[in-house]
Amino acid sequence: MRQPSRLFRIAQPLVRPLTWGDAVVFISLAALIYLGVQLGLSAPPAIKGPEISLSPKHLLYYTGLSTGRMAAAYLLSVIFSLIYGTLAANHRRAEKILIPLLDALQTIPILSFLPVVLLSFIAIFPLRLALELSSIFLIFTSQTWNLTFAWYQSLTTIPRNLNQASTIFHFNPWLRFKTLELPFAAISLIWNSMASWAGGWFFLMAAEIFSAGERNFRLPGLGMYLQEAANQGNFMAIGWGVGVLVLTIVILDQLIWRPLLAWSDRFKLQLVETENPPTSWFYDALRSSRLIRGFIRHLFHRPWTYLDEWLASRQPEADRGRRGARLTWLWYFLGLAVGLGLFYEAYQAGVMLWRVSWNQWGIIGMGILTTLGRVTAALGIALAWTLPVGVAIGTNQRLAAWLQPVVQITASVPATALFPILLLVVLGLPGGLNLAAILLMLLGTQWYLLFNIIAGASAIPQDLHYTATLLQLGRWERWRTLILPALFPFAITGAITAAGGAWNASIVAEYTQFGGQTFKTIGIGAAIAESAAAGDYAMLLASTLTMLLTVAAINRLVWHRLYRVAETRYRME
Amino acid sequence: MAELNGFLLELRQINQIYGGGEHTFTAIQNVNLALNEGEFATLMGPTGCGKSTLLRIITGLQVPTAGEVLYRGAPLKGVNPHATIVFQTFALFPWLTVQENVEVALKARGVPPKLRTTRALDLLDRVGLDGFENAYPRELSGGMLQKVGFARAMAVEPELLCLDEPFSALDVLSAESLRGELLELWTGGVIPTRAILLATHNIEEAVFLADRILVMDKDPGRVIMNLKVDLPHPRQRKDPKFLNLVDRVYMVLAGHTQPEHVEMGTAPGEPGRTRALPHINIDDLTGLMEHLDGMPDNRADIYALARELQVNSDELLRLIEAAELLGFANIAYGDITLNPLGETFAEASIRARKEIFATRIRRLPLFKWLLSMLRATDKNQLEWDVIQKALELEFHEEEAERQLDTAIDWGRYAELLAYDDSSQILFLEPGGGTGFVKQDVNLAGPP
Repeated sequence: MRQPSRLFRIAQPLVRPLTWGDAVVFISLAALIYLGVQLGLSAPPAIKGPEISLSPKHLLYYTGLSTGRMAAAYLLSVIFSLIYGTLAANHRRAEKILIPLLDALQTIPILSFLPVVLLSFIAIFPLRLALELSSIFLIFTSQTWNLTFAWYQSLTTIPRNLNQASTIFHFNPWLRFKTLELPFAAISLIWNSMASWAGGWFFLMAAEIFSAGERNFRLPGLGMYLQEAANQGNFMAIGWGVGVLVLTIVILDQLIWRPLLAWSDRFKLQLVETENPPTSWFYDALRSSRLIRGFIRHLFHRPWTYLDEWLASRQPEADRGRRGARLTWLWYFLGLAVGLGLFYEAYQAGVMLWRVSWNQWGIIGMGILTTLGRVTAALGIALAWTLPVGVAIGTNQRLAAWLQPVVQITASVPATALFPILLLVVLGLPGGLNLAAILLMLLGTQWYLLFNIIAGASAIPQDLHYTATLLQLGRWERWRTLILPALFPFAITGAITAAGGAWNASIVAEYTQFGGQTFKTIGIGAAIAESAAAGDYAMLLASTLTMLLTVAAINRLVWHRLYRVAETRYRME
Repeated sequence: MAELNGFLLELRQINQIYGGGEHTFTAIQNVNLALNEGEFATLMGPTGCGKSTLLRIITGLQVPTAGEVLYRGAPLKGVNPHATIVFQTFALFPWLTVQENVEVALKARGVPPKLRTTRALDLLDRVGLDGFENAYPRELSGGMLQKVGFARAMAVEPELLCLDEPFSALDVLSAESLRGELLELWTGGVIPTRAILLATHNIEEAVFLADRILVMDKDPGRVIMNLKVDLPHPRQRKDPKFLNLVDRVYMVLAGHTQPEHVEMGTAPGEPGRTRALPHINIDDLTGLMEHLDGMPDNRADIYALARELQVNSDELLRLIEAAELLGFANIAYGDITLNPLGETFAEASIRARKEIFATRIRRLPLFKWLLSMLRATDKNQLEWDVIQKALELEFHEEEAERQLDTAIDWGRYAELLAYDDSSQILFLEPGGGTGFVKQDVNLAGPP
């Protein structure tokens, strides 16, 4: 689908039919989670985290720590994405496994990774380092999947003629990467990096405070500061924390992402000039600064050129065929070994699942249904308000001019940071945590819908608006014949992402600790969070797998079809 | 490298087959050709005859299903380092400047930076682009973009230069001037290129440029004629010898009207070849009929028609094929003659035209087959996918889709068929296709 969005763009949801790869993936995941659980059972005794000061003086230090973790996780995400996406795009057989695996991985809630990650790190590294690494890894799991998809999709959609030109002119892998693949993917990668950072902030608290069984782990950082402030019911501190968080996000946006976007406009594929290229004051300032230019020329340019020349002069890929044949055998052998191991572990996982009582399965079943209800409600509410507002912004330039920045800043505030305040307000109302959970899902995911609807509304050709006016279509008729059909593909794209996000948010929305108390409601997210916290690994395995299957089934049965309809019937060309 | 036979390039029994099992489709069948040093040859043929595929095979971008590619007598392994392609859609990197686009080709060959720059600037100068070195592709017109494409191709000093319809995405004037410049470079001997192979569907372009024309036909793609062009450069398009050659190529490609049963082929699934419906716009067909109706004796030289109607030869040949298939016109010796039925059609009212059209397409085996399939169902309707699957026994997937598209278009015009795009269901128009023919307007079938 074409998305002429100037505002916000994320990876297209990848909706594909089931393949044999899906079965393999499911089995392997069950095995992996089981492995982690095994590790968990042999973990060291309880650890008390460091004390945290709520004084605003230390806030800067905590923010630095959190941002550092985010940056490290992001770096890891990029490296992972480049490798994983390249493998998936270039090897047909690997693709069959890797893409369904990626699809499944992104529906696994962050907490379900916890035991595997934490306990394997603790087994290898000294405690302090292990905790830092675990935290980084958890953030990584909330950042990386959409980046990987973006890279993979870019690689597979490179125009054929550019690909052929690179081959006919004998580009070596480096030259191909630098001249073709990276520039082609750049815009999508930047937008998705922004989405990744947003995802990272959202789960920051979950990544800085976690418990496994009797053991609580805490890491100094902004997330822990916010959590501690909420626990103590210190509103001053919550205010400071949220304020600094928003400020950090805005600064990063202004100093990093906007300049990158403005710079990356040159990587647009179309051979015509764009009307409204993205702009950034900071980018303009950097570009016109002589100091910066001199700095780049003298310190950066020469080593870079040297490196580039060296890499470009490496032997171009020669007889790939023969080496490929030998590699295939190696792959088969490796695949067989790994496959056998996984099968054994999957069997063990099955045995573990056997230990989950009927009662617990009942809780899981109820949980899935109630969470499904909440996700649907959140989506419904989001659609109800984003449709009129999105269309208003998308079709009205003047409104867009001042509302867009407001919306963007609002959207950048991670909903989890506001959750304590929200809880305090809502807990007294009828519905209590149930309502709060829906609100949190809504806060976290409505933006995907809004941004897509704005993009869709601004893509309706002006001619059609004129025609509607000339035909004197009434308000309702205009919506029915023009606006709704035109928005359909965009709304579906947004809804797929939003629904995925809502399922993921359920783990923080349905189970939370606040003011020294634990609040929970019925739901699959609560089941996962609770079993992770209580160290009930059989239950964690069972509820994670159930959620995985449910989300996959809904994707195939509902979203897949709607997406098809959107692609074939309502596409505007 | 051994030069056993002196050919620069030789293709031996090249076959390209797609698909497997029942659904095989032959894109290229038994192509043999040899290219000498110093030769400018064209692969000329209608869209879908496999010209581009053949170029990819020749340069090593694609490995053929069967057959051998010899370069200077040695079998080709991988991408040919002595060959390059100029693409129809330019294939320039939009994020690199004009100069960088040329330099990157040299960089890939390991040319050091300083030399790269001098050579790129020199080449850009030669194609007339000095002053545009720092422009980005989006700032240039199609003609200039293709000049960059040429400069980039020349930069690697290829022995064999392949051109894949390089002028067909350009406007008429840019194309003409670029052709002239290419000839100048080639005949002037200022480039180290030993041979040029141009793929095109434009007959005049082929006659204008080449020393030799290899005429290809489709279904399956094969070489049907090897025509030498002995005219000296620069060639005059109004020269009778030039026109004669154009006429000859048209004659071969348009063919002669065959007896009806040969012309129409057989139904899908039956033995024998199913005649593919030419993918045309019906309004264009009626336009052509009306034009012919106004000519003396209802007759025209096909090569002259292309100029009068301002259509490209590929499109014209498809229209002519449709007129012939529908029994509106006869083709012989490069001439097209409207027959009495065609004349009636050209002069009829919109309603009557539709009736004539309906009568005629009912005789086509593909339509007979389609209509009887629809009639055999309870509700006289079938899903698109079912029909497409059946058609894929005769055509490759893409072509099957195009055939069904065309069939629906024709059937809708004739009011025989209706199609609902949202449910993807094809059904009979009430009263259409029941076998009842109001008035058989069979004034004149082919003899």
